[in-house]
Amino acid sequence: MRIELRVNGDDYRREVEPDLTLLHFLRDVLGLTGTKWGCLTGDCGACTVLVDGEPVVSCLQLACQVRDREVTTVEGLETADGLDEVQAAFVSNGAAQCGFCTPGMIVAVEALLRSNPSPTEAQVRESLSGNLCRCTGYNKIVDAALQAARARLLATDIA
Amino acid sequence: MPAGPVGELQVVGHRLPKLDAPQKVTGQIAYADDLRMSGLLEGAILRSPHPHARILSIDVSAAERLPGVRAVIHAGNVEQRRFGYGDDNLPLKGDKVRFIGDEVAAVAAVDEETARRALELIRVDYEVLPAVFDPFEALEDASPSIHDELPGVVGNVAMRWDFDDGDVDAAAARAAAIVEGMYSAPQAAPAPIETHVVIASFSPSGHLTVWSPVHMVFMYRKALADCLGLDWQNITVIQPPVGGSFGGKIDIDSHDFIAVMLARHARRPVRLVMTREEEFIGTRTRQPIHFRLRTGADAEGNLLFRDAEVVSDNGAYNAWGSHAMLVAMSTITSMYRVPNSRIRCAVVYTNKNYGGSVRGFGNPQATFAVEQQMEELADALGMDPMDLRLKNANQSGDVTPQGMKITSCGLSECLRIVREQSGWDQRRGTMRDRHRGLGAAAFIHVGGGARIYGSDGCGAIVKVDDSGQVTLISGSSELGQGSETALAMIVAEEMGVPIGSVQVVNSNTDIKPWDVGVHASRTTFVAGNAARLAAAAARDKLLATAAELLGAPPAELRIRNGMVEVAAEPDRRIDFARAVRRRLLREEGTVVMATAFYDPPTEHQDKEYRGNISAAYGFGAHVAEVEVDPGTGMVRLLNLWTAHDVGRAINPMSCEGQIEGGSAMGAGLALSEELVMFDGQIAAPNFHDYGMPTAVDVPRIVVNLVETVDPLGPFGAKGVGEAGIIPPPAAIANAIADATGIRPRAYPMRPWKVKQWIDSGERSHVVVAKGGLDDG
Repeated sequence: MRIELRVNGDDYRREVEPDLTLLHFLRDVLGLTGTKWGCLTGDCGACTVLVDGEPVVSCLQLACQVRDREVTTVEGLETADGLDEVQAAFVSNGAAQCGFCTPGMIVAVEALLRSNPSPTEAQVRESLSGNLCRCTGYNKIVDAALQAARARLLATDIA
Repeated sequence: MPAGPVGELQVVGHRLPKLDAPQKVTGQIAYADDLRMSGLLEGAILRSPHPHARILSIDVSAAERLPGVRAVIHAGNVEQRRFGYGDDNLPLKGDKVRFIGDEVAAVAAVDEETARRALELIRVDYEVLPAVFDPFEALEDASPSIHDELPGVVGNVAMRWDFDDGDVDAAAARAAAIVEGMYSAPQAAPAPIETHVVIASFSPSGHLTVWSPVHMVFMYRKALADCLGLDWQNITVIQPPVGGSFGGKIDIDSHDFIAVMLARHARRPVRLVMTREEEFIGTRTRQPIHFRLRTGADAEGNLLFRDAEVVSDNGAYNAWGSHAMLVAMSTITSMYRVPNSRIRCAVVYTNKNYGGSVRGFGNPQATFAVEQQMEELADALGMDPMDLRLKNANQSGDVTPQGMKITSCGLSECLRIVREQSGWDQRRGTMRDRHRGLGAAAFIHVGGGARIYGSDGCGAIVKVDDSGQVTLISGSSELGQGSETALAMIVAEEMGVPIGSVQVVNSNTDIKPWDVGVHASRTTFVAGNAARLAAAAARDKLLATAAELLGAPPAELRIRNGMVEVAAEPDRRIDFARAVRRRLLREEGTVVMATAFYDPPTEHQDKEYRGNISAAYGFGAHVAEVEVDPGTGMVRLLNLWTAHDVGRAINPMSCEGQIEGGSAMGAGLALSEELVMFDGQIAAPNFHDYGMPTAVDVPRIVVNLVETVDPLGPFGAKGVGEAGIIPPPAAIANAIADATGIRPRAYPMRPWKVKQWIDSGERSHVVVAKGGLDDG
């Protein structure tokens, strides 16, 4: 079937099988391999992307379900100035070790900060509880999320 | 190389982001499954549905006829030899299968769906055999024999690890208190988020290239050659970035050989990707180990002996998992000063997925027993457990009963720090009414390599190009733990250049010099020393040239921030890169390049398990605070205070990352992680049920880095990669004991189990020796 959608600001028109997942559409059809997978059962969160700003695990979403919608992956977060606040905070806090959960984790933080620009630590932990990380023990990820929130609020205040 | 005076450090000791972090946060970095190549086929493996069965026949004809299938292989149509420790394994099983998940046949096809459909068309006739899952039953005469084909294996005993030091019976006779108990550790999984992926491709001339996130890469290459009858000069192994391993990807697995055999049969590149289910059922696990342990002390609290009977349940094959006892043994004999010790250990075959070299390698299991007994013993003696620990703590200069030479030891300081920070003296034993408790555990672990092979060395090449860019080519590789950055920092420090001038190349066997591999928390120490030696030699070449330019002898020069200057007159200086070009761009010029190979001054253990296998040992202590819901048995980890003797923190942020991440894994082991199995079948091989901690389960972890500046470590550093995972199961068990009065005998301490213990009043077994104390 034919779908049209926008991914990271670019418009695509593609023929897809009805059972193709959004994850495989992104990775195999569009070649956007930044989105990872760890289970294909929706348990690890490594494949989290934004669909119209909402976080979804792309392994449980079909490509045809996102027709005419806007998808953002980790590749779509960088700004003209380089890394966005969440990415920069992940770097400076040591929140990425092996890095395999990182794209999904960063997208999950982006989703949180869009809906709640000033989250508490407990809210950050709750919102990341669907994203598994085996390397960091989560604390540096939580610190990065909180720092990114502060940086973004500061940037908004100045603007 | 001695640590030497470190003076004012420019790079080492600073909190620096990992070099690869920007690529990781943007999704640019390409892991094995992100690689794209022309003509790539997808492989899939047919696994045994039976825990123990004889293979009578295999019919692959229907699978071969399926359109899109390019190769179907099984033991009957491939050349393969035995592999693994004790040569007890075969990539594709010919005679018998020995666990549910054992590899029987494999397919390569144009896509994954076709490959999976082809698997369903393979007909295997099995004669189902009686199976054994309990290691104690496996030791009984009536047990089925799992490796009847191996003449040396009697009664399913794969290996023995027996140790004697001093006279345990005499020591027991004069003990004032002896505690005794059984302690069991479960089968658990390393469970990296990235599953195993391997790609194999032959060139038209027969050269094999394998892409695999393995981390003992030179042994991997040799094993491929040995098992498959290939010329190992004709094999290149490329290590893509590793999406987590924790020991799960350390070693060669059947699927690695299978990918190569499929590529050979199909004459096309083949990729094998483990599903999450396969990752749980078909790759290496952390072996369950059962300890019956006795510890005794005199009335003043001097430890007198430890006496252990140990059964390590390594599953269907040895792999290196059989050697987890090497580490477990060192904790029983050498955690604290123990003048007499005795260990009787059998590593036992069972019809289960087999154990490997998972982070901590036998040490969380042994520490669970040893450190609980320290608190039980303290209670029996009427002493504070911290006082008992401090009284018996290892000290610098000690040589342990196994001949481990302790050159730097911050154990006492670590114990004092976590005691103070947790409010131990005021709070332990006072919170039972609120169902809260504190528990401690310390650890000893190799921190300066581990001599298991002929060499424990690592090669390094440092080159400087005409731009001044410094490249370290290291034999050792990055797993995500930050070793690459630590090595770059060591080189930058040694050469006097900014960290931004150093890059690391470490992922291709054609390019990098030999290394044992990433294991045993050895990379910062061993690869770090190699890098430092090579950097120093390259620097000296550069200084010789700079000396000509500056008209001052090399000994009077130093390099700071990329400038070579006369130490006494810093205004007389030249750019580092200019000195490189001066050396290069002239008649009879030379490149600035140096090599080094560092093999630590250690020795193999002898047949009695004595020998200084590591050039340094890491120590540390944790205190856990828990809250136990007496109604449900649910345990919440509220706080974890940690102090680790890391020698010197090359990159404190990475050290914290290792300790926090290890501690979280340890908390998972303690409270929730287990491969629950029924009749050899892993009940729920998925992340949903496995019990890995999430962001809401892991509390804030306080990390204290204690710097003892090891005499042999690079800038004094010791290994830290595995350390964090070791104490939490024991510390949390001790905290549960403090909160409830029950004594956990096994982990994971899941709610239903804790509830059962509370209801049945499980207590410490205190045996009182003659003339001793009242029964506690």
